[in-house]
Amino acid sequence: MLRIDIEACIGCGVCEEVCTFEAIEVVDGVAVVNEKCTLCGSCVDSCETGAISIETKEKTVQADLGDWSGIMIYAEFRHGKLAPVSFELLGIGRELADQQQVPLSAILLGSGMDGVARELVSYGADIVYQVDAPALELFTDEMYGNILEDVIREHKPEVVLAGATAIGRSFIPLVATALATGLTADCTQLAIRPEDGVLLQTRPAFGGNIMATIECPYTRPQMATVRPRVMKTAAPDPDRKGEIINYQPKAERLQSRVRVLRNVLEEQDQVNITEGDIIVAGGRGLDNEKGFALIKQLADAVGGAVGASRAAVDSAWIAYPHQVGQTGKTVNPKLYIACGISGAIQHVVGMQSSETIVAINKDPHAPIFDVATYGIVGDLFEVVPKLIEKIRERRG
Amino acid sequence: MKIIVCIKQVPDAKDVRLDPKTNTMAREGVASIMNPFDRHALEEGVRLKEQHGGTVTVVSMGPPQAEAVLRDAVACGADEAVLVSDRAFAGADTWATTYTLAKAIEKNGPFDLIICGKQAIDGDTAQVGPGLAKRLNIPYVSYVRKITAFENGFLSLHRLMDDGYDEVEIPLPGLLTVVKEINEPRVPSLKGKMKAKSLSINTLNAEDIGADANSIGLPGSTTQVVKVFAPVFKGERTMLEGTVDEQVEQLVNKLEPYL
Repeated sequence: MLRIDIEACIGCGVCEEVCTFEAIEVVDGVAVVNEKCTLCGSCVDSCETGAISIETKEKTVQADLGDWSGIMIYAEFRHGKLAPVSFELLGIGRELADQQQVPLSAILLGSGMDGVARELVSYGADIVYQVDAPALELFTDEMYGNILEDVIREHKPEVVLAGATAIGRSFIPLVATALATGLTADCTQLAIRPEDGVLLQTRPAFGGNIMATIECPYTRPQMATVRPRVMKTAAPDPDRKGEIINYQPKAERLQSRVRVLRNVLEEQDQVNITEGDIIVAGGRGLDNEKGFALIKQLADAVGGAVGASRAAVDSAWIAYPHQVGQTGKTVNPKLYIACGISGAIQHVVGMQSSETIVAINKDPHAPIFDVATYGIVGDLFEVVPKLIEKIRERRG
Repeated sequence: MKIIVCIKQVPDAKDVRLDPKTNTMAREGVASIMNPFDRHALEEGVRLKEQHGGTVTVVSMGPPQAEAVLRDAVACGADEAVLVSDRAFAGADTWATTYTLAKAIEKNGPFDLIICGKQAIDGDTAQVGPGLAKRLNIPYVSYVRKITAFENGFLSLHRLMDDGYDEVEIPLPGLLTVVKEINEPRVPSLKGKMKAKSLSINTLNAEDIGADANSIGLPGSTTQVVKVFAPVFKGERTMLEGTVDEQVEQLVNKLEPYL
């Protein structure tokens, strides 16, 4: 509950100003809180006289907190191969494990996985727990969740990471709830505070408009899903040594009330804008579908893929799999050319980690220029055709 | 079929900004709306009711003003509304939220199906649906984009995956989270609006649902937000100058390594 020290309160009204929820107001010279309060803490930080505080009960810390050690990642395997995010998790997992001087383990679930555990070792895992069983061929929340829960209970890692993919975001919440511990979704930065081993989990919220850093201080493991294509993959070392353990799940844990009949691959997902080195993206500034054709020409000229802002996709100039941003894909190509994209935050969060960003926009104040490496203020219908021409000349 | 749809009142996320100087959220012009994914959950619940009979009860945990989205839901076809509200719930993370919702749903009586939106647009966690299913010990399917059949107590579904979709079957009682592609939500009917206006909303507080004080709100949360900040970008931009031809020439030179 929010506590207001009426002796200290001077009725200045700053808290009323900063409250997003209209939950605090000054009545007769003293701040009064109402039931709309969400305990966000904005007013606490804003109060110059220190009159506002959040009353918290003394937290019960999990008794065996100190017994939990090591970093564990969930390596996603589907259709005969590891999801790219698995390597990224090994990259960040290795960093955290080295810092804490603890082992990095990976859990691998699926069917027909010869040599895959070995691959995880070469990318940084010290230990791989694998279950290779026909029952795990298709993903089910319950089977995958049960096994992960059991392995975690047995080996007590202090941190568990999984990819924020359709699979990870579906079954990891089940595991965290079963283990009665905290989970942070879709993290884009992770660090461990050396003093107390607390995992600082940073993630976007409110459609990317706000970043929040979250801790799970009282329970273990500390669990997070990690946004794909944000963390760096470590270079593989085929000579790296690691231990591969075949974990035997109990028969009753290989049960699922939900039955998965089959998986259907869809063609639209063959548009994979996340894997190329160059992306040329267009937005509202293209005016119409015909204008958008210019983006395709430029993409052809540079040998890149076509990306789009939400505005372009919402206008049906191009299909959704091309969308970059918070509600689309996250990309980090070597070169990203943004044409007629204003740079709304929801787009920028999906492409800001590109190596070089070129922005072409007629509005010199467009926020896209804030993230650009090179900017051209001008009419894209004049600039882009000239650019195509010049590039064709160069490339012969 | 007795259907429960969980809905959340959220600030319209696209308008939310953090003032970089004061590090507080700017509230001006930010409307409170029904979480867009929940609107699709509601629509699917109402369609199932129309096809197979039954009732749709909307449940929302939130401050008293969340009543607005419950009335909106009734106007769009829900039959009953439950508001789970108490100052003691404030500051809840998804762990404390699923505890609270599970207690409220148990208190409300038997059900066949719970439908949630895949995630709320304020937190974007997508954790409440699966967590709630675990609390209630019922099976669940996330990211449902189509319901194809209801036979012998099983719902047949298409679940959206990163590479296509899975065809799955779930026994009831169970829980689904749905994506936008599942349907096109209807607008409120006049009859619905009349009903929404006069409906009395069943409000449950912490005591009503028999909640343990240490499991709700901020004290019951396993995670805590320690810092919020506006996103920062590297932005070492070079603005190119000169005529269009000159600018294009400079740009192509700069991009030489990539071409």
